[in-house]
Amino acid sequence: MEDIGNLMHGFAVALTWKNTVFMFVGILLGVLIGVLPGLGGANGIAILLPLTFSMPPTSAIIMLSCIYWGALFGGAITSVLFNIPGEPWSVATTFDGYPMAQKGRAGEALTAAFTSSFVGAFFAIVLITFLAPLVAKFALQFGPPEYFAIQFLTFASFVGMGREPPVKTIASMMIGFALAAVGIDTVTGTLRMTYGLPTLLQGFDFLIAVIGLFGLGEIFLTMEEGLSFKGKSGRIDPKVVLKTWAELPRYWATSLRSCVIGCWMGITPGGATPASFMSYGMARRFAKRKEKFGEGEIEGVVAPETAAHAAGTSALLPMLTLGIPGSPTAAVLLGGLLIWGLQPGPLLFVEKKDFVWGLIASMYLGNIVGLLVVLTTVPWWASILRIPFAIIAPIIVVICAIGAYTVHNNMFDVVMMVVFGVVGYVFKKLKYPLAPFVLALVLGDMAETAFRQSMLVSGGNVGVFWSNWLVGSIVTLGIVILLWPMMVALRERARGRPAGTGA
Amino acid sequence: MAEKNDASPGAVIQTRWMEVAVGLLIALLGLLAVVDSHRVGAAWAEDGPQSGYFPNIIGWILIACGLWVAFQQARRWRQDGAKVFVTLQDFKPVLAMVLPTIGYVILIGLIGIYVSSIIFIAGFMLFQGKYRWLPTLLISVSVPVALFVLFEIWFLVPLPKGPVEHLLGY
Repeated sequence: MEDIGNLMHGFAVALTWKNTVFMFVGILLGVLIGVLPGLGGANGIAILLPLTFSMPPTSAIIMLSCIYWGALFGGAITSVLFNIPGEPWSVATTFDGYPMAQKGRAGEALTAAFTSSFVGAFFAIVLITFLAPLVAKFALQFGPPEYFAIQFLTFASFVGMGREPPVKTIASMMIGFALAAVGIDTVTGTLRMTYGLPTLLQGFDFLIAVIGLFGLGEIFLTMEEGLSFKGKSGRIDPKVVLKTWAELPRYWATSLRSCVIGCWMGITPGGATPASFMSYGMARRFAKRKEKFGEGEIEGVVAPETAAHAAGTSALLPMLTLGIPGSPTAAVLLGGLLIWGLQPGPLLFVEKKDFVWGLIASMYLGNIVGLLVVLTTVPWWASILRIPFAIIAPIIVVICAIGAYTVHNNMFDVVMMVVFGVVGYVFKKLKYPLAPFVLALVLGDMAETAFRQSMLVSGGNVGVFWSNWLVGSIVTLGIVILLWPMMVALRERARGRPAGTGA
Repeated sequence: MAEKNDASPGAVIQTRWMEVAVGLLIALLGLLAVVDSHRVGAAWAEDGPQSGYFPNIIGWILIACGLWVAFQQARRWRQDGAKVFVTLQDFKPVLAMVLPTIGYVILIGLIGIYVSSIIFIAGFMLFQGKYRWLPTLLISVSVPVALFVLFEIWFLVPLPKGPVEHLLGY
């Protein structure tokens, strides 16, 4: 019951005049970012992060998290109207969303997408409200071995649950770890891998990587595809909204299933993108009219959107309670917390109650505001997409450059951003996943420190990772997930089918 | 990201070459990590791992992954002969974005971000978008000016400036 009181207090924090304005600004910026190619939740927030340095942390996180919700909503607009997923997690939404728009049912598809997004996010927020304090209380007793175990599980799940070839996932992750190690070793103060270059003393900042990989890389890809945005018109009639809302409860089973898939994938960092595909696949398998999927089934919009939002939202749970982000965007928000001088993790729930509950309350409000905003303003966003790419592209590059520069006021970062942009382009084309790269870059130092501290405690005995049931079961689960693709491949080979070898 | 499996006319970059090249680059990165780790000490000291212990392991994994990717590709060399990474025709617009971006970054270092942005946006609109002078001038000037107001005046975040801004007193 104490939590309910805290939550009510949180609403009081979030509903101050100033924070409400920030909420609206955040949502609008977020939808804009979600609609524009090359700007997404992660790099959009990374670019805007420096602007919040002087803001009070609670207002800052409210605005930034609202940008995230806005971006999640915005991705659906381009998917349905233009058949262009604004964000990777809305790829599955195009399968049925765009056919619906072609048949003149764009309003229905958008209403369904927004509403399911809202439902997914709401489910995840309720989960966070009740689960987060428990996890935080539990995690207060964690020592370095437990933290390392959870980080290990995080990375193992990328390998085990990712859609990309495991070798490439591991390679991408290890590059992230290697870059994270560059600079001063936090434990002993030794210089590592700087090769005599003074600019490398600080190491590589993941915000720069995020802006380059997801921002510039995406722009380069878009240039290649030579996009000309020819979209369906996106006016939403209030009558259509009501009609669609009346129809949606029919899909409660799909919706609930998608919520659960999304939350699971968000907390264990599978991420929003695989969650949306998995949920779409499940919906098709259980649907009565299987053959209609892909031709404009409303259920095919409900499933991926619900799961993507549930995953995107619940990715904040491990970020807040353990300091371990479940997605690149959550990682950027985590970076924000550190810059504002807050240490993410269980102590946050004890020491910064205002901040935590203000954030959680703002999630409820932000999503309600977001739903109303997108439902009413769709035509405007659609018209933004009709601005020719020859104007949008250079402006986005300029914004990315400013974003990269302001992180440390360093010109070298802007150069690195371009390098990361080229890497992002090549990696995307060769199907190297980018999320593990970014998370390894963020968590690299933390994971290494946790491991080395565990070793200091145990006197160099690896057995410390099986010293009690909790840490032991997490590590074992991690190993199982890590080896999962290999086991599947072996089983398929045993059955005589040609195994889908990675690489 | 859809792979184009049909052999398109004109010059192409084949996926198999890119796979091998990237695999080898990853292995090289791993080698860099390994070499440096041995410099700082990659052994297991009495109080746990030394500074280079982790980077060393990471380096070896990178070498293994990179070589594995290259090796797998070499084994399917003939089967993948038709896979196209990018055709020259599709790659031209990418270069038309990458090269100006590099030039833009160099320019920022020389004359500050605002004037460079004007040149960059204007150049892109003129040569890529084939716009007339008036709309080009309007957009390429108004965006950096808006950013100037937002960053330098409103949020007080200094960005790189050059002679033109100095002339204006900033």
